[in-house]
Order: sequence, then C-alpha cells, then structure tokens
Amino acid sequence: MTSITERAAVRPRSKHDWLLLLLKARTLVALLLVLAFFSFAAPNFLSTANAILISKHVAINAFLAIGLTFVIITGGIDLSVGSVVGLTGMIAGWLVLNGIDIGFGWSIQFNTLEIAAIVCLAGILVGGINGILITRFNVAPFIATLGMLYVARGAALLFSEGRTFPNLNGNPDYGSDSFPLIGTGNFLGLPVMIWMLIAVTMGAAYIANRTPLGRHIYATGGNERGAALSGVRVARVKMFVYMFSGLMAAIVGLIIASQLRAAHPATGEFFELNAIAAAVLGGTSMSGGRGRIIGTIIGAFVIGILSDGLVMMGVSSFWQMVVKGLVIIAAVVIDQAQSRLQARVALAQEVTQSR
Amino acid sequence: MSAARGHATHPIGLSIRRAVKVYPGTVALKNVDFDIRMGAVNVLVGENGAGKSTLMKVIAGVESLTEGEITLDGRKVAFRSKDDAVANGIGIVFQELNLFPDMTVGENVFIAREPLRFGLSIDHKTVGERTRALMQRLEQDIDPDTPLGRLRIGQQQIVEIAKALAQDARILILDEPTSALSAAEVEVLFRIIDELKAQGVGIVYISHRLEELIRVGDYITVLRDGEITGSRTMEGVDIPWIVQAMIGGKSKDFSQTQAHEFGREVFRAEDITLPKAGGGFTVDRLSLSVRAGEIVGLYGLMGAGRSEFLECIMAQHPDSSGHFFMDGKEMRERHVAGRIARGIALVPEDRKRDGLIQIMSVRENITLSSLAQFATGFHLSLRKEAARAAEFIKRMTVKVASPDNPISSLSGGNQQKVVIGKALMTGPKVLLMDEPSRGIDIGAKAEIYQKMRTLAAEGIAIIFVTSDLEEVLALSDRIIVMANGRLSGEFGPDADPARVIAAASPAKPANKNKEIAL
Repeated sequence: MTSITERAAVRPRSKHDWLLLLLKARTLVALLLVLAFFSFAAPNFLSTANAILISKHVAINAFLAIGLTFVIITGGIDLSVGSVVGLTGMIAGWLVLNGIDIGFGWSIQFNTLEIAAIVCLAGILVGGINGILITRFNVAPFIATLGMLYVARGAALLFSEGRTFPNLNGNPDYGSDSFPLIGTGNFLGLPVMIWMLIAVTMGAAYIANRTPLGRHIYATGGNERGAALSGVRVARVKMFVYMFSGLMAAIVGLIIASQLRAAHPATGEFFELNAIAAAVLGGTSMSGGRGRIIGTIIGAFVIGILSDGLVMMGVSSFWQMVVKGLVIIAAVVIDQAQSRLQARVALAQEVTQSR
Repeated sequence: MSAARGHATHPIGLSIRRAVKVYPGTVALKNVDFDIRMGAVNVLVGENGAGKSTLMKVIAGVESLTEGEITLDGRKVAFRSKDDAVANGIGIVFQELNLFPDMTVGENVFIAREPLRFGLSIDHKTVGERTRALMQRLEQDIDPDTPLGRLRIGQQQIVEIAKALAQDARILILDEPTSALSAAEVEVLFRIIDELKAQGVGIVYISHRLEELIRVGDYITVLRDGEITGSRTMEGVDIPWIVQAMIGGKSKDFSQTQAHEFGREVFRAEDITLPKAGGGFTVDRLSLSVRAGEIVGLYGLMGAGRSEFLECIMAQHPDSSGHFFMDGKEMRERHVAGRIARGIALVPEDRKRDGLIQIMSVRENITLSSLAQFATGFHLSLRKEAARAAEFIKRMTVKVASPDNPISSLSGGNQQKVVIGKALMTGPKVLLMDEPSRGIDIGAKAEIYQKMRTLAAEGIAIIFVTSDLEEVLALSDRIIVMANGRLSGEFGPDADPARVIAAASPAKPANKNKEIAL
C-alpha cells in the first residue's frame, strides 16, 4: 500500500513538479531578473567597479541577514541588530580615540586586532543578554529584542552625548593605524570586507549544514517541543543564535566605523528591517525551521541591486521604498503558494494510497 | 448491519452513508454508515483512534469528508464550516474544551454569536440574563460574570454544554462529556439529557465508561479502526457484547512472546508526584520498577496521568518530585539529553507534535537524537550519518524510497517506525513508548508489536502506555493500571480483562476508589 505512494513521489516531472521547482528557486530567478533588467535599463550597470560598489553595499546588509537567518530559523527574531551596529561602532570609535582610561592619568591603548576582538565580544555580550532574556526569563523574542533596540541605541548616544567620534585614523604608536583598512582596504583585488563576508558566509553555511549545532537550529525552529524531547538543548541553541546575531552586528559596526573613519551613534537605524527582508526574500520562513544561508545572501543581493539599480536609473527614493516593499510582499505570497501546492500534492498522494 | 433500522418512534434526523475520511498518514473512516435518531441517545463507542472523533468532526462541520454523503432531514447537505453546521442545528461539545479562560462564563457561552444592541455593541444584559437562565436549566449555581478560568473543569464542561444549548441545537454531540465530571454533575447531565430527549433533540453520546453508555443510551454504534462493527438498539446490549464489538475476535495480529529470562532491575521510580494546576495531583506517589527484557504495560483511561508520568521520567516537568534510578544510581540530570545519555528514550504519544520535526527529512529525523555519534568535534560526518540512517530505516523496515524524502510524505505507521528508530539509535536500556500503535493501520501495528518483542528479547526494558485493552493484555509481561494519577492495580500477563477495566475506572464515589487502590 505504502510503496505505491513512495513510487508516486519519485515519479518525476508532472506539471506540478516543474512549477514547484520554479517556485523553490524563486530567489535565484528574482536575482537573474533584476540583473537582466538593470543591465538593460541602467547605464554603466555592468561594470566591475559598479559590481564591487554594489557588493560593498550589499555586504553590510548581508552580515546582519546571516545572523538573522539563524535567529529566524529557530522561530525567533532579533530587532536589536541595527542598534547594536550603532553601539559597537561607538565602542570601536571610543577605543580608537581614547583607549580605556584606568585613572591616575593612565590609559590602556589597543591595536586594531584587539579593538576588533573587544568590539566583537561586546556584540556577543549584547546578543547573550537577548538570549538570556528569551531562554531564562521567557520573554518573547520580539519584545526582548525590541527592548534591546532602545537600550542599545540609548547606550550608543550616551557614549558621546550624541556626538560623532571623528577622525578614527588610529595611531601608529599603538598599532591601531590599520583600523581604517577594515572597511576600505583591498586584498587580491577585492575589498577586505568582501573577503570577510565570504568567510562568514562559508562559516555560517558550514554551521548550518555540517554541524550538529546547525541541525539543532533547524530542529528547534521546526518543532521546539519535539526537538527538546529528542534531546536537543533548545536553550543553548537559542543562546547561540542570538549571540551569533550580536557578533554579526558588531562586525558591521566595525566596518562602518572604519569605512567612514567616524562613529555616529545613529548608525544602523532600520538596518534590522533590511536584514529581515533579505532573509525572508531568501526563503527563510518566519515561522521557523526553514531557511538557507545562501538563499539569504541571494536575497540581500536582490534588495541591494534593486536599490542601487533604481538609484542609477534616477528613480526617486520614494518609489524605491514602494518597490522594495512590494518585492518583499510578493516573495512571501509566492512562498505561501508554494507551501499550499506542496501540501496539495502530498494529500493527493495520500488519497491514491488509501485506495 | 443495522438491526435497529426503521424505528418509527425515533425518526432518523441525520444520516451518513459510505463516509471515507483520509488524513495525511491514516485513513480515519472507511465506508462508515451512521444514523442519528431524534429524541434518542445515540451512543457511539470505540477505542481511541477508532474514528469516533473524526466522525463527529465531520458531522459538526469541522472536517469535511473525503468521500460519502450526509443527509439531514432527507436532503443532502455538505457542511463547509462549523458555523454552517450550527446553522443547521448541530451542536457539539468537544472532549477538549474550546473555551477562553480569561473571558467570563457569559462571554464564553455567546462567543462569536454575541447579541448586539443596534448591531454594534454587545448587549451585556441579555448575555447575562440568557446565561443565567441556561445555568438554571442546567441546575448549576454559576454566575455569568465569573471568569471561566476560575471554574473547576467539571463546571467548565457544563458551560460548554450550555454553549451548545444556547444555539438551539436539534442534534447535540457530547464527546466524553463525563470524563471530568463529579458523580453529582453526571446525574445532572443525565437529567438534562432526558429532558432534551423529551424535546425531540437527537443526542450523540461518546464515552469510554461502558456502564454509563448502557444506562443512558437508546441506540449503539461501535467503531473499530474506522469501520462500523456493530449497530443496534440498546435492548439486550451488555458490556461483553460491547467489548467484543470494540476489540473484535482475533483481529489484531499479536506476535507470540519470545521466551526469555528477565535480567536484573534497570530502572526504578520512587514516589513520583506531579501536582496539578488548580489542586490535586496528575501523578500521585507513583512507584514502579522494570527489569531488563521486561515489557510493562501502563493501562488507564485518558487523563489518568500515564503520559505525564513518562514525561516526568524524561525531565519534562521541573515541578515534579520523587526519585528515578538507573542501574541503581539516581538520575539527577535536568535535561532530556542527560536522560538519553543515561539510557532512556521516549517514543511520544503525539507523533506530529512531539515525535517528529515535520519539515525535516526521514534521515534528519531518525538521527536527531544521536548526532553526537557522527560528529568529531563540531564536524558532522554526513556520510556516517547517512549510513546509520539507512541501517535503521532497514532495521525498522520503514517503507520509503529515499531517506531524504520529507517525513510528512510517509504513512502514519512508517512515521511511527521512524520515531522508534530515532529512540533506538540512542542505544537505550529503557524504552518508554506512549501509545505506540495510535493512528496507524493494522499491518504496521503488527510490525511494531513484533519489534517490541524482539527488543525485549534483546534485553531492553520497555514501559508502554496504552488505552487499548487488548494491546495491554497481549503484549505486557506485567500490567500496571493507573487511575487519577495513582497506581490502582498490578496484574500478570494473564489478567482478567474485567478486573483490569475495573481498576482503570476512576470510580465516581470516592470510597470505591479506595477499595481498588492498593
């Protein structure tokens, strides 16, 4: 009885199967469409210089989106990343300019590597606080990270009384003169930040696909109760994803402070929304359990190319927002259509089986 | 099939013909014919998973039939939603209460049908008055303005009945209405039923308490594995007849015991107590021990605390007290992972909710508890994982074309085999199985019983929970009966079915309970 269904499941290429395949690859299709459209419609779109420029814009969003992908796969959300970008940027600026004052007229100064490490730890710490609120105190992720959004932004403003830390050129005496290179340096013809993005993407994809932790992240989002009963340490998994998301925000904070050679406390406002959009566009399901790092990267590129391309075409920023919003909604509508189609195909198979 | 056809005194109000209902994974109804006679109590009985609830959901418009037709007063109908069924005079009181604890009794009774003033604002006065009138009719002293959550479960059930009555139901379906009622409340309910019958209301009454059915019923229909196995008037029906129709002659294929010696005690629970929200205990000072290779059947009615006991073993209830010992050493781990590491594995009752990650593949599900076996450091060897998954899929005889197919594409029986495979991959010494044969077809059941026998012969201790009398009698080396959270009886493999049932009944008068309790 069962073997019939299973054979039916393997029997390939009905009309439905093609449609499903097309729907599954929708982000890639969207990417190809925007690429084709802008190479045709926007002048100078297809040039190496432009490609690198767009990539740099995309990278900022992509880091955050990778962090959020993990969080969303577990069924949570992290609204605080934009504020954490601002906060960690300010920490970086402070460390470059002032070091840590230990009193008696002494201060500790750091080299670039140490600054980067401290800033990353700060991001992880903020993510850890989110994680503790969510796992230990049972605060809904939306609320916990919404609170953190305000706290982190306020802290960033408190750092400088709302002023900008300017001229973050570093000091050769302390070994921090290489600080601006994080965001502006090149290595083998590509910007350092793109290399960082490649490394982080590969690392995240590795975690997702090739480690028990990755499997546990998907299981937690797919069915938290079931995962817990199977021996998955759900609380630990959640701690990890929020800390990882904090780390991603810290990296972005570093890059922006380094790129601009200045740290402004308002940096990163609304970044969380762009990052969520990229993850969702890349096929991450807001209800958890589903999503791929590579999909998120493609999603980030779709959004990035869309906004840069529209700018190059001279479309007003008001229309850009409308278009971006429509694309995100369309992505989710298609996602729902795909699930429905999949469910219908599955049920049709069950009915055949019952005969 | 139907001995009760054509009773002029009780006209048929609603009838279902050739009903088939397919769920992903199971066929819940197979060619079912069912009549509801007006002015009479139509009793529906069958084991858990026999299809009673599905049949009622179809009548109440919650689910629609895959095939078959429903006739109401001689005309064909198809209920598209619950509202549709309600508009046609069908009311249902579900086994699981569908109430809102933070709203008042009145608001609950009139939920989604609030009487309005000028079509805008809720007419609280009418809500209060009509609810008070209903409560008087039900002989209950419940204030319409009390928040529902403050009522006892039994009173909440009365509110649910009031809700159905408020909709002027001509057909009233009561799904296990007495499971949470006290003896006095049951008497009230029976009086209400008599009154409704006199008014010509057709009542469908579902219950596991057989004496109750015989007392209250006029017609009886028995379901087994989605098929009707008996349908007649209540005249001359006795408990043996019902039991016979419910569990059949020799329908299920129980494999023979594989003779083997039991080893020493591997697992012991001492004084496990789990307090219930709102007073009382879900599990009440339960102690038991299991030896290697022994199959212990934990029998009882729904709500006896069996599943909760297993959950306590798996560290799911932090507020439970008592001690567990594994090989004589106490288990103090507070995580499932720790308990699994000590050699305990659970096959949960609700496959869908607790057992499987529906959106993952067969392979990912079956290895989920054992990923550490394939990892060096943090690197997961997909090759090792695939090999082990394939091995267990073969061992459990899961019928699937590829291990990478989604788990949801499998039938219920094969899904259950994956859940058991997942538990076995952790290499357990004690296997806990909660309703291992629920919702799967007969063939798969036989395979799972066979598997349990083999595992026991290999020296694994098994504690399994079931509501299926035949199953517990045929499979267990020892039967432990629970009622109201307590151990209410312990029997050998050749126990007398009647005594097992008696021990499981949460006897209504408190003194009877004490007799049975040890």
